[in-house]
Amino acid sequence: MTSVPTRSEAPADGRISVGGRRPSRGRGAGAVGGTGGAGRSGRSGRSRRESRVAPWAFVTPSLVLFSVFAFAPILASVVLSFENVQVFGGGTFVGLQNYQTMLTTPLFWEAVKNTLIFTVGTVPTSAALGLLLAIMLNRKLPGRGIIRSLYFLPMVVSGVAVSLVFIWMFDSNDGVVDAFLQAIGLPRIGWLTSPDWAMVTVILAVVWGRIGFCMVTYLAALQGINPSLLEAAQIDGAGSWRRFTGITWPLLNPTTYMLIVLNVVFSLQAFDVIYVMTGGGPGFSTTVLIQYIFRSAFTNGQMGYASAIGVFLVVVLLLLTLLRNRIAKRTEEES
Amino acid sequence: MTAVGAGKTSGVRVLDPAPGASGSSGAGRRRRGSTRGAVGRWVVWALLALGALVMFFPVYWVFVTAISPGGLSQGSGFSLWPKHFDLSVFARVFEDQPIGTWMLNSTIISVASVLISVSISLLAGYAFAKYRFRGRNALFALMLLTIMVPIQVIVVPEFVIISKLGLVNSYWSVILPSAAQGICIFIARQFLVALPDELIEAARVDGASELRIFLRVVLPMSGPLIAVLTILTFVWRWNDFIWPLVTLQTSNRFTMSVGLNSLNGAYSHPWDQIMAVTLLSMIPVIIVFLIFQRQFVQGIAESGLK
Repeated sequence: MTSVPTRSEAPADGRISVGGRRPSRGRGAGAVGGTGGAGRSGRSGRSRRESRVAPWAFVTPSLVLFSVFAFAPILASVVLSFENVQVFGGGTFVGLQNYQTMLTTPLFWEAVKNTLIFTVGTVPTSAALGLLLAIMLNRKLPGRGIIRSLYFLPMVVSGVAVSLVFIWMFDSNDGVVDAFLQAIGLPRIGWLTSPDWAMVTVILAVVWGRIGFCMVTYLAALQGINPSLLEAAQIDGAGSWRRFTGITWPLLNPTTYMLIVLNVVFSLQAFDVIYVMTGGGPGFSTTVLIQYIFRSAFTNGQMGYASAIGVFLVVVLLLLTLLRNRIAKRTEEES
Repeated sequence: MTAVGAGKTSGVRVLDPAPGASGSSGAGRRRRGSTRGAVGRWVVWALLALGALVMFFPVYWVFVTAISPGGLSQGSGFSLWPKHFDLSVFARVFEDQPIGTWMLNSTIISVASVLISVSISLLAGYAFAKYRFRGRNALFALMLLTIMVPIQVIVVPEFVIISKLGLVNSYWSVILPSAAQGICIFIARQFLVALPDELIEAARVDGASELRIFLRVVLPMSGPLIAVLTILTFVWRWNDFIWPLVTLQTSNRFTMSVGLNSLNGAYSHPWDQIMAVTLLSMIPVIIVFLIFQRQFVQGIAESGLK
């Protein structure tokens, strides 16, 4: 729908825009390039200079804040990852030693494994539930607005609040969940006290907060599907399941890819809920990478080592982002 | 003027069904359609409603626990509603904990963050959307890059910077580091790119200064964008936890999230009190969400980031 994207535009685009319409690009940016050419006002000299300086003036506040509070600490972390630092203060350069330590520490691999379990537990579940709900909600129903709001609501509840409610609901002594299980004749479960179940409980809490997001994304995609396609299939006698597998699901493919990648990114960054609910325990059963980073820095005071793991995690996140941009691009070329 | 909004941000129509997207089986006109369709619709509705109740349950549980003396523990059999209604716990938590102070701190920090964050994101987003300047794309990419770096990874150098600036344990220590948000700049750019260049050009030909164009032409058309950014920023900052936890060190400076977490450290869990504070911490964001649900959902759908 737009001109062929130039390569230099890549960082700015290559992201899916929900709702399908992407503002035309390349056009807006060029508009100012040759400004002042109007030259009618006799102030063209001033205005040309001004429109060269203006964007920098507009970007400056953000740039200053980013430089001090984002770029500087990011660089510092990268530097730290090559140093041996025990407490705050100077470090000594040790090359790749931290990375070497990382790869040879069993606990690191434990954290990688936990991160994988956590990601596999959260991502497909929330995406699948989101899709199911979006399909069910994509029609007129009594009380639709209220039902939808109830699914969205958890999105605004803070990680700390979610954690505390879940700790309380899944409490082994007085928790409502175990009481309910007992009432229907099932055994009680040590939700947060047994290493096997703690991860499940954390996953439940995270999925609860994330369903709304997946549902929104799928709803937007569903509404972008041309209804006449489905009507035509119906007239041809295709049942609703056939219509879904033959038309809707293939058309939702790009959205699904996007959601999976995004959700993996969210899961790799998920911290608050694990930190408050389990602190990475019992044992190390819920210590995911980001929790391990925090623990290494604050509990063990190994700043350099923590930074090395941090760099590793950010590299993974960046690779995922690249993947996401590739998907978005491909989708665009196909459409 | 509002028509401009349709460019992008209002393009997401998540909250009303697309015309014709009723999805129900052809209004039951097809042969086997009518009765099966009706039954199917009720089954779907029942499933949805049940799911919604499950989703809402934790929020309900916060409320019910708070109004039950002792916290509606399940030691003596299973019950889902309180035997009697008692609001005294709220008075007690206000006495025991500096809840008012925490609320005020959270409010000050969230509001200040919104003011700063939204203003600078609008300015930067406009620069990236409507100007061509050297290094524009590289700079934009750098700013987006920051989205990918979790605070936990840079928390140590960040803390060093804050202490060098002498800001530890102050409001600014929470406001400043999260004031510039790559994601907000991204959303702003997405929206502003769609504004018609003709209006900006016309103002320029009339000899308006660049800042004046921004204030008089661009801002009045950015209502929906400002709404989305305001709501998202408010909710995110209100819920922020780990950075305030690191930098705010005395109880009189705590935000609601940090204060709430400090209660969790208690040896015995007075659950009615903890849930009362939890409820108080959720109320402002829930109110904001209920009033501005449309903008919030749009923003979430737009940004693909939480």
